[in-house]
Amino acid sequence: MSTSSIPIAAAGSPSWKLPYRGTIGMLCLIIAEAAIFIIFVVAYLFYIGKSLSGPTPAQVLELPIFGTICLLSSSFTVHMAVVALRKNNRSGTTMWLGATVLLGGIFMLTTAQEWHHLIYEKGLTIRTNLFGTTYYSLVGLHASHVIVGLLLLTLTFYFSLTGRLHEEHEKKLDVLSLYWHFVDAVWVVVFTVVYVLGR
Amino acid sequence: MSSLHVTAATGTLFSPTSIFDPAGTPSHSIFGLSMLILGVTFAIFLIVGGLLLYALLRYRVHPGDSEREPPQIYGSTQIELSWTVIPILIVVMLFLTTTRVILGTESIPKPKQALDVTVIGHQFWWEYRYPGLGVATANELHIPVSDPSQPTPAYLTMSSADVAHSFWVPRLAGKMDVIPNRVNVMWMDPKEPGLYLGQCAQYCGTQHAKMLLRVYADSPADFAKWVEQQKQPAVTSFPGNAAATEGQRVFLHSACINCHAVAGTVANGRFGPDLTHLASRETLASGPIPNNAENLRKWIEDPNAMKPGSLMPAMHLNDHELDVITAYLTQLH
Amino acid sequence: MATTTPIMEVIDETEATGHGRPPVSVIYDWITTVDHKKIGLMYIFYALFFLVVGGFEAILMRIQLAVPNNHFLSPQVFNQLFTMHGTTMVFFVGMPILFGFGNYLIPLMIGARDMAFPRLNAFSFWISAFAGLLLYYSYIGASGLYAAGSAPDVGWFAYAPLTAKVFSPGHSTDYWTLGIFLSGVGSIGTALNIVTTILCMRCEGMKLNRMPLLPWIYLVMGGLVFVAVSPLTAAQIMLTLDRYLGSHFFDTQAGGSAVLWMHFFWIFGHPEVYVLVLPAFAFMNEIIPVFSRKAIFGYPAMVAASVGIGFISLGVWAHHMFTVGLGPAGNTFFVFSTMVISVPTGIKIFNWLATIWGGKIILAPPMMFSVGFLFQFLIAGLTGIMLSAAPFDWQLGNSYFVVAHFHYVLVGAILFAIFAAFYYWYPKVTGRMMNVKLAHWHFWLFIVGFHLTFDFMHIPGLLGMPRRIYTYEADRGWEILNLIVSSGAIFQAAGTLVFVYNLVSSYFKGENAGHDPWDAWTLEWSIPSPPPSYNFAIEPVVSSRRPLWDIKHPEDQDSEYE
Ligand code: HEA
Ligand code: HEA
Ligand code: HEC
Ligand code: CUA
Ligand SMILES: [Cu+2]
Repeated sequence: MSTSSIPIAAAGSPSWKLPYRGTIGMLCLIIAEAAIFIIFVVAYLFYIGKSLSGPTPAQVLELPIFGTICLLSSSFTVHMAVVALRKNNRSGTTMWLGATVLLGGIFMLTTAQEWHHLIYEKGLTIRTNLFGTTYYSLVGLHASHVIVGLLLLTLTFYFSLTGRLHEEHEKKLDVLSLYWHFVDAVWVVVFTVVYVLGR
Repeated sequence: MSSLHVTAATGTLFSPTSIFDPAGTPSHSIFGLSMLILGVTFAIFLIVGGLLLYALLRYRVHPGDSEREPPQIYGSTQIELSWTVIPILIVVMLFLTTTRVILGTESIPKPKQALDVTVIGHQFWWEYRYPGLGVATANELHIPVSDPSQPTPAYLTMSSADVAHSFWVPRLAGKMDVIPNRVNVMWMDPKEPGLYLGQCAQYCGTQHAKMLLRVYADSPADFAKWVEQQKQPAVTSFPGNAAATEGQRVFLHSACINCHAVAGTVANGRFGPDLTHLASRETLASGPIPNNAENLRKWIEDPNAMKPGSLMPAMHLNDHELDVITAYLTQLH
Repeated sequence: MATTTPIMEVIDETEATGHGRPPVSVIYDWITTVDHKKIGLMYIFYALFFLVVGGFEAILMRIQLAVPNNHFLSPQVFNQLFTMHGTTMVFFVGMPILFGFGNYLIPLMIGARDMAFPRLNAFSFWISAFAGLLLYYSYIGASGLYAAGSAPDVGWFAYAPLTAKVFSPGHSTDYWTLGIFLSGVGSIGTALNIVTTILCMRCEGMKLNRMPLLPWIYLVMGGLVFVAVSPLTAAQIMLTLDRYLGSHFFDTQAGGSAVLWMHFFWIFGHPEVYVLVLPAFAFMNEIIPVFSRKAIFGYPAMVAASVGIGFISLGVWAHHMFTVGLGPAGNTFFVFSTMVISVPTGIKIFNWLATIWGGKIILAPPMMFSVGFLFQFLIAGLTGIMLSAAPFDWQLGNSYFVVAHFHYVLVGAILFAIFAAFYYWYPKVTGRMMNVKLAHWHFWLFIVGFHLTFDFMHIPGLLGMPRRIYTYEADRGWEILNLIVSSGAIFQAAGTLVFVYNLVSSYFKGENAGHDPWDAWTLEWSIPSPPPSYNFAIEPVVSSRRPLWDIKHPEDQDSEYE
């Protein structure tokens, strides 16, 4: 029996479809990132109320309602951008992307303001006590993810503005939006842990 | 007193620190469990290893065998089920026995006559305090022998002044970590008087290797005598011993007192071992060095030559100062 | 039986390696490559280099421990050696060599032309490689507790607060932290690539239940890397913040917890050992059937057991912390979860046994090492069970018994499996067979050395010898045992040298291998050796788990049994 049957036939049968690698890759990244966040969240929860000195969260933290609303609604806008691109509505894409960048930017501004307030008016730094340690690292870790997302979104917005974003990029934008949704979801957790449970 | 201890220390099984030579309740119940587990795992090894060996010998290909491939077998639900269920049963059995020993060691009430000892781990020595008795010592732990009808176990409340250590005297009990900012408790009840050896079992820095443990189990009478003696403040006058008298003066005027305490004098440092009854100890620097005048002098001259990495600095004393301080310290019975 | 599969030869006529090119251009080629095979090989070379480095460190430690109260090494140097040895062996030998094999083999076995993200692949390799060099640069650059030129000396699990600035001044610990952090980034990148490749790049017809077991297990391993290495990365970030910005995560003076670090480390550390052992299982799953001439027994059970091990291993970490004082509830929970792991692991052992049973066992070098693996892994697993009984661990924990247990797995099982994999796939990679006589020398030297070293290492542990001590007292009854242990290391070194020599000399002098020297069944054996840069000229289509078996045995198709 030598060459009677060959496993190597011409490929390309339409029924053979595997998931898009960008999406799977992003999901893997999200799992890994989620694990990192879980560790920081655990550290935060573990150290609630264990600081040896003040200030305590109840004394200095205020609910960042406005920033939260902005960040959460940016999940909606980025989704709309994907939908628009899918329909090849180019100006719609640009507009929604712009809105996303704006909302994300506002969120970062509110965080910056909060940190400024805490550092210069309340005297809370990362070295002050366990609360400072866990607070700045958890919120900072999230903020760094927002910044990465914003950089990518801004780049996409720029491409869109200059007319270089087309329907065939829809999958890629979808992957980016996946990341952004993840960053938002993490904020919900961070918000609950830091501002609700932690106070 | 000491000769008795040293002979008793040499356990039967080649080694004074064998876990198979238990001399207390916790180590004994672990010993029982370990025998069971060794037996079970050894049986598993014999069966599975035997089958493997048999298959390898039986089914090895020999020159001249036919060229045909053997029959292809892809699996069998029944067989696979059986070798899932049997291990599960073994696991449940092992788990239940293990749990019994855990509860028997960790969850039993503390007897009233128990002796409380506070153990504090330091880089690279042990501090012992007896809160009920007003005794503070270092490196050599004394506890009474515990009579099973009238148990007087020692309860060690342990913490660390710096990094993590672990308290392990194999013949008396399993180890328990000694961790900063955390309090752990373990207990031991030696059945026989004698010296039980062990050593720090958690890597704690340069001299982790020479952070040895010595536990002296004394008969109740000996123990009471020991306590009585340790409660006394240090000797402060040395009639007829000019060297020791001068040594005391030099000692109390040098930096030694920043780190060492000698009860009854101004020396009350806590960074190094308590020296109040230094001369009553058999070893120096947590076990590795026999306590005699010669070693003591060498130690004070340059601790790092004897125990490199030790946190006691060489004090750059001259020969005369060394002589008199040694003379003084050897008098601290 | 001596079937060949000539189809592909017709298709491929290109020269796989460029002969006679100037060395600069060859080097440039390797540095800039994004080809999974080249990256895989670079991982493997890199790991082999560090195996020799880490082995050399082990030899130095064994010389020091051969006799009591030895002055060959100072305590400082010894402490650096075991830290570097453990860190090197786990992060710069184990991980890269397994990623290397995965990189090389997975696309070939699933009929793909490359990994899903070739450039990410190259990035991951280079960042891991940089991490290793960074760690070793500490020997030159770091100033530790003892002035310049000191490597980290905190142990491979670097318990807090020994790593805090007060107890580890200078920068040696920072090199350790950064090295581990970067290697973790590389590992996550590669794992992401492996998982995506397996899920998205399979050739037509290769449904998940037709995929060879090697990619299956790498899929599980990739998943484990995400959830295991990431916590370590997080913990390293915290430690770095502590050391550079003065935060207090593990600062016990400010109320921080030393135990928290232990949890974080072992949440990584335990799954990590399964990350290391799963690929070893994967090699066995490919090699044992071929050299027993039988299909793997219980394919679905094998897959299920691997996935099961992956999940259970996430819930057992505190068996490294039985002596921390977790309390009875914590201890019993972790005793149970740890013991349960023996069930899926047992399934694997039994399935291998059943695969051998009734087969025609050919004891070629890959199979010799596989047999070594089977026995040694069995013993290692059983000593693991002893450790998992918490009270027994109160005695054995942090003693040489533990060191013996994990070397039994890491050397006796994983390293043996890696050697088997080398002998098995070397012909594919180079087109040449490895010398069998040298392979026998390697095997016997190494196995004798292994058993001398690690069998006898259990006993000092039972006699109360803790690990990580640079010297020991003479009156404890440990000295003869330690001498035997140390002598075994020499045999292992000799065996390793023979192996390295064999690798090199066979490349030039080995017999021509042809593309299918073992008469095997998976796709990588259908293409020339070495494989052309595009792997498959035409993308293959498969209809069973063993496509080459189907070609060779048209009367007895595998697909009928699935
Ligand atoms: C790849 C590596 C690897 C693997 C696979 C394992 C596998 C196992 N290990 Fe091991 N282990 C390590 C690497 C590994 N280990 C390392 C590196 C350390 C030390 C780290 C350090 O401190 O530096 C360590 C330490 C370690 C400890 C902590 C000791 C201590 O520090 O105090 C424990 C305790 O429970 C343990 C248990 C186990 C168990 C139960 C398994 C199980 O998975 C084994 C399961 C297998 C079997 C049981 C055999 C086959 C099964 C059968 C034949 C079925 C029938 C059997 C039964 C029903 C029992 N290991
Ligand atoms: C994959 C992992 C792996 C591997 C393969 C090994 C391989 C070996 N290990 Fe290692 N080991 C660990 C992982 C590994 N180890 C870990 C994680 C620790 C814990 C560290 C810690 O506590 O922090 C440890 C700790 C450890 C200790 C305990 C140190 C201590 O606690 O004080 C010892 C002591 O004997 C030891 C010995 C050996 C020996 C003899 C080998 C041999 O099998 C090595 C054989 C290989 C060679 C010898 C290489 C060939 C070398 C050459 C070809 C060069 C020859 C040159 C000359 C001889 C001059 N190891
Ligand atoms: C900086 C602190 C420090 C100073 C100063 C210091 N020591 Fe020590 N000393 C230590 C420490 C720490 C140890 C325990 C060392 C070890 O076992 O690793 C020790 C141990 C000892 C011991 C052994 C105690 C025992 O229980 O075995 C003696 C004796 C001793 N010191 C005497 C002296 C004398 C005398 C001086 C002054 C000349 C002195 N020390 C100054 C810190 C200090
Ligand atoms: Cu203290 Cu090791
Ligand atoms: Cu483990």
